Amino acid sequence: MAIDKPYLDVPGTTVFDADQSRKGYWLNQFCMSLMSADERTRFKSDERAYLDEWAMTEEQKRAVLDRDMNRMIELGGNIYFLAKIGATDGRSFQQMAGSMTGMSEEEYRQMMVGGGRSPDGNRFRHEWSDRADR
Amino acid sequence: MARVAASVYTSHVPAIGAAIDQARTDEPYWRPLFAGYEPSRAWMADHTPDAIVLVFNDHATSFSLDIIPTFAIGTAAAYAVADEGWGPRPVPPVLGHPELAAHIAHSVIQQDFDLTIVNRMDLDHGLTVPLSLLFGQPAAWPCPVIPFAVNVVHYPVPSGRRCLELGKAIRAAIDSYDEPLDVQVWGTGGMSHQLHGPRAGLINAEFDARFLDDLIARPAELAAMPHIEYIREAGAEGIELVMWLIARGAMADLDGGPPPTVRHRFYHVPASNTAVGHLVLES
Repeated sequence: MAIDKPYLDVPGTTVFDADQSRKGYWLNQFCMSLMSADERTRFKSDERAYLDEWAMTEEQKRAVLDRDMNRMIELGGNIYFLAKIGATDGRSFQQMAGSMTGMSEEEYRQMMVGGGRSPDGNRFRHEWSDRADR
Repeated sequence: MARVAASVYTSHVPAIGAAIDQARTDEPYWRPLFAGYEPSRAWMADHTPDAIVLVFNDHATSFSLDIIPTFAIGTAAAYAVADEGWGPRPVPPVLGHPELAAHIAHSVIQQDFDLTIVNRMDLDHGLTVPLSLLFGQPAAWPCPVIPFAVNVVHYPVPSGRRCLELGKAIRAAIDSYDEPLDVQVWGTGGMSHQLHGPRAGLINAEFDARFLDDLIARPAELAAMPHIEYIREAGAEGIELVMWLIARGAMADLDGGPPPTVRHRFYHVPASNTAVGHLVLES
């Protein structure tokens, strides 16, 4: 019997569960390697070659090269692991999070200063029926 | 005998640590947040414990996807401060309390919780930011700290009910330790926030206020809240709040004693992407 996953009904959200973790194992372990300054330097000097050392899928490598955070999440990445890529690039957590929302960095920052994104209209996927990124 | 003297609850946002380390706490963006912790720091100066059991989560720092313990207790004498990608925070190393930690591990495992015992673990912002918020920037932390790591990154995380029960077990363990120590149990993480996906930036101040109310007055009912409600209402990463129930479970009223006294309560939005909540409960 399939496991009940009520969180699949939350829009714009990918819960990092055991299935996502299974898919994203090598992508996330690659991210862990960036906690070493030497590895960060090696990655930055030739990203493609560095990624080819890992048993990641081509789609995962492409998403990293494109810095497509939403795609990395979809392919099994977890935000706390992906944050190592952001740190390597010198980007803050707020810049990374904002980059996934379709908003500009300044718009996102202003939204947070203004109290953040309201839960109203953001609880169920059907509330996002007009959005492509639901 | 040792006793649980108080419990402390706080968010552990990394940007707060950066603001402290870079001396930016007086900036207009940060000033209200740090002002909100001043009453607690004054209280803490008169109530410095002999040891802290600090419940936190590792953020892909010491635990990669190779090993993911649901509950892990640190029994080491000392811990290094982690390099999370921009160098270690300039804070003192964390000294443990191996004797008390070993006692808690032994007792809690015998109360049917399968703890992982950890003797080597670099500590990230999840543990060091709460210490900075409550103790400032001392040359050495004022007391030993027992790191207690909870998996809230890899779903499913432990339920609220199990966290509350674990807190009770930690209390029983502390109660049975022979030395007369004043121990605090801290619960960290949260409050509402979502860090990923198109819904990033979610904040739910009503949920957070109700969570604080219920944590104080109705912890057993709060512990029954299912995971989906945290995710939907408080953001996917807001699920860190289950850790607060471990600290709450360690208070006397859940063991037939009197309810705790609220010494301080504070709430502020935002710190980076996150709603910051803080509570001090004294036995």
